[in-house]
Amino acid sequence: MWQWLFKLGSPKWFYTMSGQFIPWLTGITVILLGVGLVWGLAFTPPDYQMGENYRIAYIHVPTAIMCYWWYGMMACFSGAYLIWRIKMADMAAKACVPIGFTITAVALFTGSVWGIPTWGTWWIWDARLTSTLVMLFLFAGVMVLRSAFDSVDAGAKAAAVLSLVGVVNIPIVVYSVEWWNTLHQGASNLSLSDTQANPPEVWLPAFFTGFGIFGFFMLALILRTRNEILQRERRADWVKDIFRSGKGEF
Amino acid sequence: MLSVKDLLCERDERVLFQNLSFSVVAGEIWQVEGSNGSGKTSLLRILCGLNDEFDGRIEWYGQDIRKARQDFNQSLFYLGHTPAINKTLTPKENLSWFCASRGLQKQAEIKGALNSFNLYGYDDMPCYQLSAGQQRRVSLARMKLSDAPLWIVDEPFTALDKQGVNELEIFFAEHAAHGGAVILTTHHRLEIGHAVKRINLDKLAGLAG
Amino acid sequence: MTIIAATVRRELLIAFRSPGDIINPLMFFIIAVTLFPLGVGADTEFLSRIASGIIWVTALLAVMLSMDSLFRADYEDGSLEQLLLSPQPLYFIILAKLGSHWLVSGLPIVILAPVLASMLALPSEAMLPLLAGLLIGTPILTMIGAVGMALTVGLSRSGLLLAVLVLPLYVPVLVFGTGTVSMALGGLGISGLLALLGAMLVMAICLAPLAILAALRISVS
Repeated sequence: MWQWLFKLGSPKWFYTMSGQFIPWLTGITVILLGVGLVWGLAFTPPDYQMGENYRIAYIHVPTAIMCYWWYGMMACFSGAYLIWRIKMADMAAKACVPIGFTITAVALFTGSVWGIPTWGTWWIWDARLTSTLVMLFLFAGVMVLRSAFDSVDAGAKAAAVLSLVGVVNIPIVVYSVEWWNTLHQGASNLSLSDTQANPPEVWLPAFFTGFGIFGFFMLALILRTRNEILQRERRADWVKDIFRSGKGEF
Repeated sequence: MLSVKDLLCERDERVLFQNLSFSVVAGEIWQVEGSNGSGKTSLLRILCGLNDEFDGRIEWYGQDIRKARQDFNQSLFYLGHTPAINKTLTPKENLSWFCASRGLQKQAEIKGALNSFNLYGYDDMPCYQLSAGQQRRVSLARMKLSDAPLWIVDEPFTALDKQGVNELEIFFAEHAAHGGAVILTTHHRLEIGHAVKRINLDKLAGLAG
Repeated sequence: MTIIAATVRRELLIAFRSPGDIINPLMFFIIAVTLFPLGVGADTEFLSRIASGIIWVTALLAVMLSMDSLFRADYEDGSLEQLLLSPQPLYFIILAKLGSHWLVSGLPIVILAPVLASMLALPSEAMLPLLAGLLIGTPILTMIGAVGMALTVGLSRSGLLLAVLVLPLYVPVLVFGTGTVSMALGGLGISGLLALLGAMLVMAICLAPLAILAALRISVS
């Protein structure tokens, strides 16, 4: 097991291994997303409270949950880089940031779309949306910090430190925003996280979309990391061979 | 004292030097030579432990400096490009802080240290009122107070006049004679009555590439 | 002289010799607070409801702006490198620096806050909770700001980058600080919230110097 983890630190090994299972991952993701989206958007019964409008939740809920988890994953990569100096971990962390930003932005956007028919407004300061907005800022901060450094190594380490500082703060931020929300209760206490007992035909598609979206973004991460590997190792022989043979893709 | 094995330094995908190995023994003076940009300052900063981006081993009396940081820091005196003097403080206050930061109880010797670098009467003026050369000498005065055996100095002769340069050379020679060691970079041609060992980074790069 | 006493002495001497570094953030605090009534109108009933929020947000911004004087001078004259090469325990030196910095930047804000709060018609029963919150909160803000400052001190045009990094992390302190005032005005006890803030302060004291040291080493290399 340690052998395998140790190998994971080699860019070349990661590149060739990931190249082999990308087609499978793509296939599974397409199937999961396809089934989930079609089923959820077209074939589930309308909700008794929100009518047809709740369907955006099939995209919103997975992304909203994922954005926190994604930051945590990015922080793990950053920690591995800072503590054990595994360059591969930094490449993965760097690839994580724009994807994490996108996931959070999608969560916010779909949340707004859900909000318009439900509450008549596209923004509401409820606990979940506000925390997700702060997550967006945290991802933006890591992106901006890395690019502000002239030296690539210094930028990588600084971004790693910031990610770790951020991950310690996230539970505190989420808790504080939830507490703030209960304190300043507005007229309507409509939270997007209202869960009622839903019959299986409603939450089953959610499994499909949930895993499908997860697969989609993991695929994006792997592809981005592969690009990062190619760029950073461009002077290595095995990379030059790839370019020469014209097989840029898997 | 300090031994370096197979040092490789890569900065932003450019290899500055590699396969660098040498050993510094008490009583030696080492000069690092090389053209601008060859990595002299980077090498010195790596040897101090300020820069962690290197491959290879640096040992202080057999212990990796990254692990024995406190011991190493206690035995090291570093002078970089900037004088490390706060401009709003007086020379006396700056040196007093220096003593505290190294755990030295040498308040009484501060005046003497300043005097030996021709800074009579400037004890209580804020450093921004001193010239660049004088600020440099305040910074150098720390050497008199330091009890560290290893001195790593980067371009120590900048902003010094001819007499200052001579005195500093004698000072380095004395330190080596008393069992210390000095590693320095300078464009100036050293005239110390002491044998100087040299590392030339241009030649090292030439050997490799 | 112990290293902590020597550090505090040094920092305070430097701070008092550059009075601008102390006065400017305070002036910003005062002027920014003044802008709010000009912007939202002078209706005292309305102002009294938003007073604690205004004070907290401007205090938070003022602390962040005062961060520049923390490491920048040392970075530019090379003292930071010497600090990192010191054989003395760096953890305590950093804490001493942060403490002295708070004494000349955070504490004046806490002292000035009651004056400004009453200009904003804050009810008198909210004054003590506001002060208590600020007293515990401003050191936390100083420490979080210091982490951001340590990360960006080596960058040439860091400017507002510090704000982007640090303001999201200020959210919990802001929420709980203004929360103490809201709870007090609602007649509820505030000791729980103050304990929470206190816990955050303790956590910051334990963890911030580690992050700061890591960040300083990156900036110096």
